[in-house]
Amino acid sequence: MAALCEAFTLCGLGPSGAVGLGAGVLALEPGPDSDHVLLTDRGRTATLFKVSDQKPLGCWSVKHGQMITCPVVCNFETHEYIAVHDDKVLRIWKDEDVNLDKVFKATLSADVYRIHSLPHGEPLVLFKGGGVRTLDVLLEAPQQEIENFISDEVIKWSEAFLEGQEPILIFATEKDGDYFIYLQKFKLNILQKYKLEQQESSNPLSFTAYIKNQIITLLCLYSNDSIYKVLIPLQQHSEEEEQILSKSLLLKLSVSGSVLKGTSFVVLDKDHVAVLGSLAAFGEESKECLTIWNTKFQTLQTSKELPLGTSGQLWCYGEKFFFTHGKVLTVNLYKCETSSLAAAVGKLKDSQTSDASFLNWNTLNDEELVVSLQSQQSVTLKSESKMTLRSRRSSVAKAPSDTLTVGQLLLDIKDSSSAAVEEELKQLLSKAQMPDVQATIGCVIPALINRCKTDPMFYPQNFLIQLVQKGELSYSLCPDLMAVALEKKDMHLLQICLQRFPDIPEEITYACLKLFLSISDDYLERTDVNMDSVICYIDIESNNKEVKTEIVENGFNTELEEDSCDTTFTKETLLKNDVEFCPVGPQRAALLNAVLHSAYSETFLLPHLKDLPAQQAVLFLRYLHYLYVKSSEKINTTLPGVLSPTINQIMDWMCLLLDAHFTVMVMLPEAKGLLSNLHKFVRAQVRFYSELNKIEGSLQELQRLKRQKDSQAYSIEVLELV
Amino acid sequence: MSLLVGCEDGSVQLFHVVPGGVQYERSLERQQGRVLCLAWHPSGARIATGSVDHLRVLDVASGRAVQRIMVNYHTPKGKAPECVVWSVAFLASGAVASADSFGRLQFWDWDTGTLLESHAVGASAALSLAVSEEEDSIVVGTSAGATYQFQLLPVKMGSQEKRWVRTKPFQYHTHDVRAVAHSPTALISGGLDGQLVIRPLMERVQKKGYEAVLRKFTFPHRRLVSCARKARLLLFQFSQHLELWRLGSTNESGKDGEVLPVCRVPEHLVQLKSKGPEHIYCSCVSPCGGWIAYSTASRFHLYRVRYKGDGVSIEKVPNVPKLPLPAYQLQCSADSSSLFVASDEGSVHVLQLLEPGGCKLLHTLRPPSGTPEAVYLLAPSADGNWLAAASGDWEIHVYSLKRFKHHCTVPTYSCAVTALAIHPVTNNLVIAYADQQLFEFSIPEKQYTAWSRTVQNDGLHKAWLERDSPITHIAFNPKNPSHILLHDVYMFCILDKSLPLPDDSASLMNQSALKQLPATARKRQLHAFKICKKFQPLLFADLLDENCLVMVERPIMDIKTQLPPAIQQKKFGT
Repeated sequence: MAALCEAFTLCGLGPSGAVGLGAGVLALEPGPDSDHVLLTDRGRTATLFKVSDQKPLGCWSVKHGQMITCPVVCNFETHEYIAVHDDKVLRIWKDEDVNLDKVFKATLSADVYRIHSLPHGEPLVLFKGGGVRTLDVLLEAPQQEIENFISDEVIKWSEAFLEGQEPILIFATEKDGDYFIYLQKFKLNILQKYKLEQQESSNPLSFTAYIKNQIITLLCLYSNDSIYKVLIPLQQHSEEEEQILSKSLLLKLSVSGSVLKGTSFVVLDKDHVAVLGSLAAFGEESKECLTIWNTKFQTLQTSKELPLGTSGQLWCYGEKFFFTHGKVLTVNLYKCETSSLAAAVGKLKDSQTSDASFLNWNTLNDEELVVSLQSQQSVTLKSESKMTLRSRRSSVAKAPSDTLTVGQLLLDIKDSSSAAVEEELKQLLSKAQMPDVQATIGCVIPALINRCKTDPMFYPQNFLIQLVQKGELSYSLCPDLMAVALEKKDMHLLQICLQRFPDIPEEITYACLKLFLSISDDYLERTDVNMDSVICYIDIESNNKEVKTEIVENGFNTELEEDSCDTTFTKETLLKNDVEFCPVGPQRAALLNAVLHSAYSETFLLPHLKDLPAQQAVLFLRYLHYLYVKSSEKINTTLPGVLSPTINQIMDWMCLLLDAHFTVMVMLPEAKGLLSNLHKFVRAQVRFYSELNKIEGSLQELQRLKRQKDSQAYSIEVLELV
Repeated sequence: MSLLVGCEDGSVQLFHVVPGGVQYERSLERQQGRVLCLAWHPSGARIATGSVDHLRVLDVASGRAVQRIMVNYHTPKGKAPECVVWSVAFLASGAVASADSFGRLQFWDWDTGTLLESHAVGASAALSLAVSEEEDSIVVGTSAGATYQFQLLPVKMGSQEKRWVRTKPFQYHTHDVRAVAHSPTALISGGLDGQLVIRPLMERVQKKGYEAVLRKFTFPHRRLVSCARKARLLLFQFSQHLELWRLGSTNESGKDGEVLPVCRVPEHLVQLKSKGPEHIYCSCVSPCGGWIAYSTASRFHLYRVRYKGDGVSIEKVPNVPKLPLPAYQLQCSADSSSLFVASDEGSVHVLQLLEPGGCKLLHTLRPPSGTPEAVYLLAPSADGNWLAAASGDWEIHVYSLKRFKHHCTVPTYSCAVTALAIHPVTNNLVIAYADQQLFEFSIPEKQYTAWSRTVQNDGLHKAWLERDSPITHIAFNPKNPSHILLHDVYMFCILDKSLPLPDDSASLMNQSALKQLPATARKRQLHAFKICKKFQPLLFADLLDENCLVMVERPIMDIKTQLPPAIQQKKFGT
């Protein structure tokens, strides 16, 4: 909750005041100490104040006839003051200097707009023509030529930041109602120009900006009483001229009918802005106010009336607002705490008396537990029980203390050696308890994939597998991951993706299927694939022997089958023949199971499936047939094992495959036997189930009898434990 | 230490607890109406009593009532005028918390007698309350089976002003919640529905583990059934009587899952009613079926049972030796020649059972170091040489019965022992602990066996460790020494020591999957734990011989049907 605290006067501004000649304040800049400010008036004078003592520490003026045209700033490195008078004359002096006429002087070749001083860097000089120089470069040759980028445009506002070690200057210009934003990066000496999106019947009055995570957030106060937010990413190397910056509404400065006509504003923290302006309710006289707004909840947090009027300028340094109020410069302290909804809404009295509903408190999941633990760590546990479980898993590895920022990691991924990247990725994974791990992974994955695409030697397979196994990814989050895996023929990763991703497009599913069917057995034997889904029903040893000499011939008596109703007999005959052994190796079977397991939509899969070469289609059908027979062996028609395909999945794929390759299957000689086998097996199954249907009533009766038996108090049962 | 007793006639009696008993001190000022509940002020200077319509605060030193508070002053409309204070708590701050039949939790200032706060807990009566040690949390149980947590919270972040706020409602019981307790990390409630529920407070639990899981206990973790293996009899212990049954039999055999016809029905042989109001604490039947012993808090009884054809005769053994009571566990030796009585201070009395019907005290075994805790588990060896005894301080002592001497002590483990048995062939002592760990200790070698060390090194399966209920009985298969039979309420398990231990990636309950596999594939999937969950809730399981297991299920529905009706709650539309 933000609040305005006490206010006090720093100095008078009138003709009788201590400073200036009543022409108003040009600007207020931070002084060499955190408690110091530098006041430049619209005349000849600059004054240094110690704010807490409300007293001036030093005052400097230029000669009569001269005029300070650019706010005096302090070079924090050298504790020197820098001023420009009469647009071109640069002055630099120290605390002990008294007369500005006698201090260092340099006459420049172009008009200066503003000097920006940065905490750990050389001051930047912005010229009215858009040229920028650092002070040291400028002082080496004061008369050097300064280029003019913006012939007709007028600079309205400028600001400088340090990103890492790199100074960045941003400034806004105006020409015929169009506003432009320029971004100057010194290290690369790039000047980027953007055009600000037009806003109908309204124009920007004031700007402010801050930088966070490589993104400059520019806030603009418009004349339609709204604050807009514009995001300018630093990482943009587009050659395109004059990109248009789109803006989004951040805050509408209106509260219950009255509208605040803002004149200037500052950002306090990520959720709060302070706006100075006049609050006009309908039919009432407008009053000038200083207001603090919460942008998260869109609420006016606090306001203070300023009945004596202001100059419309507002500065904010170190939890203090500075503004002119009447004829004095006022300092107003404020507090701005992170607000919660509860605080914003206020406390509500609990008036409920009826029975509360019973929540299921058991559904507290890991994350909530972590959060609640973090918030409750101050709670002392008086008698902590020693009943902790001994488990084979060692405790989770502690996150390394050195923090690795995502930005750094992204940069490293771009150009470090793969060993170094893997090391950093390992660190990232070990910090899995991080609250924003999801977002981090979301950033890291595309960067990794890009590197993989550009650098064929780079492929952090283990990390990718671990990430996918964590179950925090989806296809749409990293669409290129599977494409890269397909290219690298990384069977294991593809298998896990198919098992884990809920949203794989049918095209990719098909590509995987095709790869799995076409890849050579030698390659597969060498690859590491999770065999959980097949281990329980494929007898690996016997299968390996038989896989080459596979019998396609069915060799069972059609006549017998036609006449006989004995379905079990048919089944046995079938089993004895070609379906006894799996037509594909266990690795391939495991991979195909992953395909069977993935989600798909028939309409979208069918066109792709039609492209499957006939030989592969037959092989796949044969495997499906094998699965079908295998799963029909058991009364509950399920295959044992983890993630093994269900009978419905098998049937659906079988139908789909037959639909896609109907004509081919009919024509292909080697498919004939298989089809006829399949046909007979299905027919036998249909008959079997129809017989079962017939005796359903009797079976139900049996079940009823069994249940009666169960309720008996005493029974002797046979139980086998294997 | 002082003990206060509130009486039906409105008086409060003060006793002093002295070594060996309680001593009457005096009676505090007598009041009108029954005293239904009492609470000490943490300082011990005052007590609060609750009765019908009133709360009183008495000064212990003077014995006088110093405050009398009418609780039914604000009677809600449509309620009976009588307000019963079911439970009180006296906070250190001087506030008295009361739970009453109007379903309110109220806080009173004892000094001024004014109402500080009143919270409606529910439409039904609030029966029980308990305060946490820090006095920042209260748990209230109601007659609707619900429990509520109240917490003392600042009215806003960082504020000094605090109020009691109802934070978490729970509904785990179907009937009255008669007792609640507040541990540092959990709320514990006991209901008339026979369940004990431990509900962990997630904000107080630091890591996921044993403490972070909701636990419900339906059965006591004690042996209520004993089995005479040779005679094929079961003795069931009820609160006031014992029942002796002969098991039925069949002469057919069948395949897995089949129910065989019973050719000889089970027979109820004896019903033995205990005299007096005391509950039976423990009981046992000898392996030959010839002796039945049981103990209440103050009496120990031994009976001789004789079987003549189809008839049964039972006679009380006269002149049983006077033993310091109560007995916590009774156990007969394998040859039915002696009876072990677990008793206070770590002692075990060995009684010799004499034909035709007598007994004498042979010896009393005591741990060499002495302990104030009672022995609660006994395990004699089949050859009659050894006896293992676990006491309340979690120590397990092994005695030699040949020389009546202490043999060794099992290294102490930081957890309660839940079951104990000595292997008939190897004389290895198998121990199950409350945290689901299993140990095997060789008595002749006085050290853990190699297998036990392997188990500790590799760790047990995660699913095994996360089970809810403790192992309550251990038995062995005499024909297959590598088999150990264990059971808890929800499963029984044959632990085959000859097979590899499962790792966490394997499925622990794999019996149904294994049965589907072909024999070759099955071999690869086998692991040591063969678990069957077909029978539950399981009260007792034991091995009669290598082919016969006896299981006793106690269906929850059978218990529920015997409960008094729960409070009627109007459901919409019914």
